[in-house]
Amino acid sequence: MATITEVLARPTYGASGLWSWITTVDHKRIGVMYGATAFVFMLLSGIEAGVLRTQLATPDTDLIGPGRFNQMFTMHATVMIFMVIMPMGVAFFNFVVPLAIGARDVAFPRLNALSYWIFLFGAILMHFSFIVDQVPDAGWFSYANLTEYPFSENMGLDFWAIGLLVLGTSSVAGGLNFVVTIINLRAPGMSLMRMPVFVWMTLITSILLILAMPVITVGLIELVMDRNFGTHFFNPTGGGDPILWQHLFWVFGHPEVYILILPPMGIVSEILPTFSRKPLFGYPFVIFSGIVIGIMGWAVWSHHMFTVGLGPIANSVFTITTMLIAVPTGVKIFNWLGTLWKGSIELTTAMLYALGFVFLFIIGGLSGVSHAVSPSDFQQQDTYYIVAHIHYVLFGGSIMGIFAGIYYWWPKLTGKMLNEKLGKLNFWLVFIGMNVTFFPMHFVGLNGMPRRIYTYAEEFGWGTLNLLSTVGYFIIFIGVLVFVYNIWQNRNARRVSHDPWDAPGVEWSIASPPPAYNFAEVPHIKGRDHYWIEKDLAREAGNPITEPEPAVDPSTIHMPSPSYWPIITAAGVGLIGGGLLSHYGVSFLGGLIAFIGVIGWSNEPASAPEEGH
Amino acid sequence: MAHAPETAHHEPAHPAHGEAQPRHGGTGHGEHSGSVGHDYTTTGLNHRKMLMWVFLGSDCLFFGSLIATYMVYRGQSLTGPYPADIIDIPITTISTFVLLCSSFAMVQALSATNNNDQRGIKIWLLATAILGGIFIGFQVYEFNLFKNEGLTLGQNLFGATFFTLTGFHGAHVTLGIIWLVSLWILSFKGRIRPDTALDVELCGLYWHFVDIVWIVIFTLLYLVGGFDAGPAILGGEH
Repeated sequence: MATITEVLARPTYGASGLWSWITTVDHKRIGVMYGATAFVFMLLSGIEAGVLRTQLATPDTDLIGPGRFNQMFTMHATVMIFMVIMPMGVAFFNFVVPLAIGARDVAFPRLNALSYWIFLFGAILMHFSFIVDQVPDAGWFSYANLTEYPFSENMGLDFWAIGLLVLGTSSVAGGLNFVVTIINLRAPGMSLMRMPVFVWMTLITSILLILAMPVITVGLIELVMDRNFGTHFFNPTGGGDPILWQHLFWVFGHPEVYILILPPMGIVSEILPTFSRKPLFGYPFVIFSGIVIGIMGWAVWSHHMFTVGLGPIANSVFTITTMLIAVPTGVKIFNWLGTLWKGSIELTTAMLYALGFVFLFIIGGLSGVSHAVSPSDFQQQDTYYIVAHIHYVLFGGSIMGIFAGIYYWWPKLTGKMLNEKLGKLNFWLVFIGMNVTFFPMHFVGLNGMPRRIYTYAEEFGWGTLNLLSTVGYFIIFIGVLVFVYNIWQNRNARRVSHDPWDAPGVEWSIASPPPAYNFAEVPHIKGRDHYWIEKDLAREAGNPITEPEPAVDPSTIHMPSPSYWPIITAAGVGLIGGGLLSHYGVSFLGGLIAFIGVIGWSNEPASAPEEGH
Repeated sequence: MAHAPETAHHEPAHPAHGEAQPRHGGTGHGEHSGSVGHDYTTTGLNHRKMLMWVFLGSDCLFFGSLIATYMVYRGQSLTGPYPADIIDIPITTISTFVLLCSSFAMVQALSATNNNDQRGIKIWLLATAILGGIFIGFQVYEFNLFKNEGLTLGQNLFGATFFTLTGFHGAHVTLGIIWLVSLWILSFKGRIRPDTALDVELCGLYWHFVDIVWIVIFTLLYLVGGFDAGPAILGGEH
């Protein structure tokens, strides 16, 4: 079997060009690939949102018709959740976590590459549905029995289910990798209670991922079997129960909500102290409330099902647990406010986004508490009030946090600073546009406008507020274009120092962009805000730090070597999924390729043999 | 060597992280030697071993969801055949016993690896794989029998939940057999040694897990659910 390894010459370390990206196992490059891919999907999904908003701008419009409308809102939500916010989170895990814990890479660099390629192929697989024009159209939660024959006859739901199965594999692999990395690869001195909050939130998110994804996997497998192999898991005509799908979906779906919000919470917890010039207020409280959220997130799923008719006891219990989970969330918000209190606040773009996160997330959190109360939720279920809520927490929360993180870590990634003037313009356009779009939805929702209708009659009086929402969308759109321009013009930006923000994290002690090996000498962590402590000590000694850690000859550091096997194995996994959608022969071929990939992988050392020493 | 300095200076408060550099598991191939070219781990546990445990935790939720589906739909089938009509506990008791014996063989294989007993390694790895293969043989026989008696995926909820749950378990066992056979082939190249015992141990962890899952399945689907005779027995409506 070793011969398989010899068929393909091993890519050499330090090569450049396309192949170096395809075969890379460097966590920083994989982070960039995750981020770039997710951003492309963000634009795509944003355009889908634009189609929705244009259709809804005025009453009685018939721009795209109900069928397309269903496809657009289904793909908008599915893509935003599974192909934008989740991978954006993973992009930050990849780029930041090993740097922030003082490691040279993740625990399993090739597994990390595999996660990325499976994610990419899974996302592409789902988008093949556009090419054959059989687009998923049952909403991002795809409730049975809308997803069953004869209500959904084309292959759209198969694309959706199998696409998500493939993406789920990637998420579990990534989650496993980061749990092991964070528990097992911390630099000496970095005890758990010294870990940066972002690393803590990554750990909790990864645990949620590996525990929640299998549940949706089973649900999706059962859905695929219902649609393709004649079972009746969710089909009442054969005795099945559509409510089981809802339970499986939301047992996954609610932890998923925290998978989407905890990483941005971690990002914000890094940025607020940096630009307030004081340590995070109540660090242990922030950590423990994150852990409590991670545990209690499993006990609230039925609040998505208050109107299903589970009975007063279930509704009361889930009302109480849902209101309780607002407590640790509130604790975090007060800790962020406490961090700002009497700080020397510096309003950089990253800080503006972080503050925007706190402000908007409070609004989203409050509307969330209002439908935690099940009698009140009966009025709000399936109205635009819910749309307003989820966009305040996912756009106002997650996306704002992600933008904050991009502006914050960009100088570390590239060694150049994004333009702050453009950044602030970008922030204010997105912030104002976001509120103009989604705040009116609270009112149209309480006025009774249902979600997922493709048009509405003029007499309902929802026209003005809907037009306002559409105007808001275009403000956001311009804001995102400013961001794209800001990235584009960055080629010509001036280089900045390794530590332009005077930040506390150990990742700022090395050069920007970081060398492949990250740390020439694995750092010895002195405390929670390690680099602040180091800089203070140096200043007191009369010898302030102005330079990054000195570079060393990379060949003296034994690093994991690039590998072809992750992308080959991932292609096999993608083909298995593709075969389920076309011809089983393709699945068989995919299985064979994945098998060869795994054999080649396990016969290849993680690092090429050391030469010369 | 760049990884040497790490041990050089250490905070006295964390002696466990420093002076006693834990060096678990093998070196040489695979990713188990850590990502940074040395064996340092914060907890002293090997990366790959931790990965396997965390993965098994994930797999618990996978089987848990499948088992939950079975339990929710227990007694909800609208038409036969019902479990009481076709479940044959004695036959499956034999296959369960075979699978349990394979776990014993697995323990022996790891023990032989640790003792560098090359002959024992080959015998016990192959024995584990063969016992697993016999279990799969029983499963194929059972599936065929059930199919001939009219139980298919689409026939009723019992068929759907039974075949899905035991089918995915069988797929896990099959994967384990492929893994065992790969190790067995490697043993002829002298690649299974005390210093690479982790390769065998990880396979063993997986194998024992799959075995334990079967104990749960056997209990719930055969010993408890095997006597269900139709919707009425559980009161029909849920």
